[in-house]
Amino acid sequence: MLIELLIILAKIGVVILAFAFPIGSLMTLLGDRKQSSMIQNRVGPNRARLPFINLPLLGIPHFIADGIKMILKEDIIPDGADKFWHNMAPALSIFPAIALWATIPFAGLYCTGDVGAGFVDGFYQDTCSAAEKNYFSIANLDAGLLYIFAISAISVYGAAIAGWASNSKYGLLGGVRTSAQMISYEVSMALSITGLLLIYGTLNLNEMAAMQGHLIWGWLPMWGIVVQPVAFFMFLTIMMAETKRAPFNVPEAESELVAGYFTEFSSMKFGVIQLAEYVATVFVGALVATLFLDGWQVPFLFADGFHFGTDGVVDIAMPYWLVILLRVGAFSVKTLFILWLQFMLRWTLPMFRYDQIMNLGWKIMLPLSIANLFVTAFIMFVVIG
Amino acid sequence: MPATVVTVNRPERTLWVRAYLPEIARGLSITTKQFFKNLFTKKDVVTIQYPDVKREYPARYRGLHRLTWRDDGQVRCVACMCCSTICPANCIHIEAAEHEDPSIEKYPASFVIDELRCIVCGLCVEACPCDAIRMDSGIHAHPYYERDKAFLDKDALLALGTASTAVQGGANKGAAGGHH
Repeated sequence: MLIELLIILAKIGVVILAFAFPIGSLMTLLGDRKQSSMIQNRVGPNRARLPFINLPLLGIPHFIADGIKMILKEDIIPDGADKFWHNMAPALSIFPAIALWATIPFAGLYCTGDVGAGFVDGFYQDTCSAAEKNYFSIANLDAGLLYIFAISAISVYGAAIAGWASNSKYGLLGGVRTSAQMISYEVSMALSITGLLLIYGTLNLNEMAAMQGHLIWGWLPMWGIVVQPVAFFMFLTIMMAETKRAPFNVPEAESELVAGYFTEFSSMKFGVIQLAEYVATVFVGALVATLFLDGWQVPFLFADGFHFGTDGVVDIAMPYWLVILLRVGAFSVKTLFILWLQFMLRWTLPMFRYDQIMNLGWKIMLPLSIANLFVTAFIMFVVIG
Repeated sequence: MPATVVTVNRPERTLWVRAYLPEIARGLSITTKQFFKNLFTKKDVVTIQYPDVKREYPARYRGLHRLTWRDDGQVRCVACMCCSTICPANCIHIEAAEHEDPSIEKYPASFVIDELRCIVCGLCVEACPCDAIRMDSGIHAHPYYERDKAFLDKDALLALGTASTAVQGGANKGAAGGHH
């Protein structure tokens, strides 16, 4: 019991402290400032230096300087603000952003017995002789996707309470806009990937990722983006709206609302809210990679090496630990790619107007996701049978 | 008089544009191209890393003032007051004194320019009849911690100075080639 608890704590430490937080906070620098500078023919941050190293290092010292600055700054609670909720809001924002990571599978499972590849349930996949399976996700929940929907549904509270507790009209407007936007898009968020559930028949993220390696007609992999291309674009758009990234950044709307719901936050309380947003953005990358881009799988790579055919012959043999490393690497690369794409879109598209966001959410995304669900259901149960 | 109504014909938005996704792809292709171009080469980046790298100023850039020298190193100014008269900011203060050499007659005993008041218009240089004051030092008026540091006196202006190529007093006027 204790050892299992320790393993879970270690997993939480690695996933949150070594993956989600570093990438999330680094993206405030590399994604927002450096990537934008390259798109806009600028140099970007490059003046800060680490002690004894006189190199720009991609501007990463700026990111450390930022952190030190935020910790050292004075924390101001405005007059008339609700002190308790003003202090709680950053915690309420970061809690869902961290909790979301619980079911993300980083590399499938680690098999303690003999491993190989063969036909299981009619599909060519990893075989594992041991009954005990160790998963690379913090929790291998059968209701993984439902858990994610549930947690992302409560992430609206942090922003709404932050705006309300500030006693500022900018903050309040930002909080109201956040609630409206996130609740509107939650409806189509769940509906847009229901098609995937019909195809894979599971809510377990690890199994969904594993099933994407299966081949249709012997050559077409069942990647989410292959079997549900419309859902991929819809889900990416909806998740960008859920994380309040530009072009869906009306809750923050620098041009109208200063900084929206976190206008009145300073020092590390501001930093935590900001960090929660970026961690959620990284999470979108991880979730889209899991659902649509084959998750942790490397094409043709099975537990004992590369198989280019389904005849059980190992074409390139590999030790099991290397396979695991390659899978974690593949997952990270896919996550970072989606993350890069999100930042690319952020610096390409102008901000939507508020009514345009509502139109897109209710009049386009919702009917389109229902239509997608019906077409998928028709194909799954009438055409295929 | 009735207001004239101007009918603006806005460009028709085609179905292709209204579909939005193709236009997003087009925008993404532009930003992505620029991103990778600047990631691997810095060709399009026009930023000058200012304190490390400085832009070459054009020859006519107006920087801090300086006073030019005679051939023997004396100040070339004859304290005629043309520059302080024309100065719109009233920032040049000259006290004239009698020169020992009767052919020179006058020289500035004190010549102070208040660089905080100077508006860098260059009229003093235009007005100077004997190429004594110039603004071609190429130095910015820098920020000063104390106000009196901004008052450049005759010694400071001469220290920035240079020997003038113009010929003074009409001697060898023909040899100067075009100087009037």
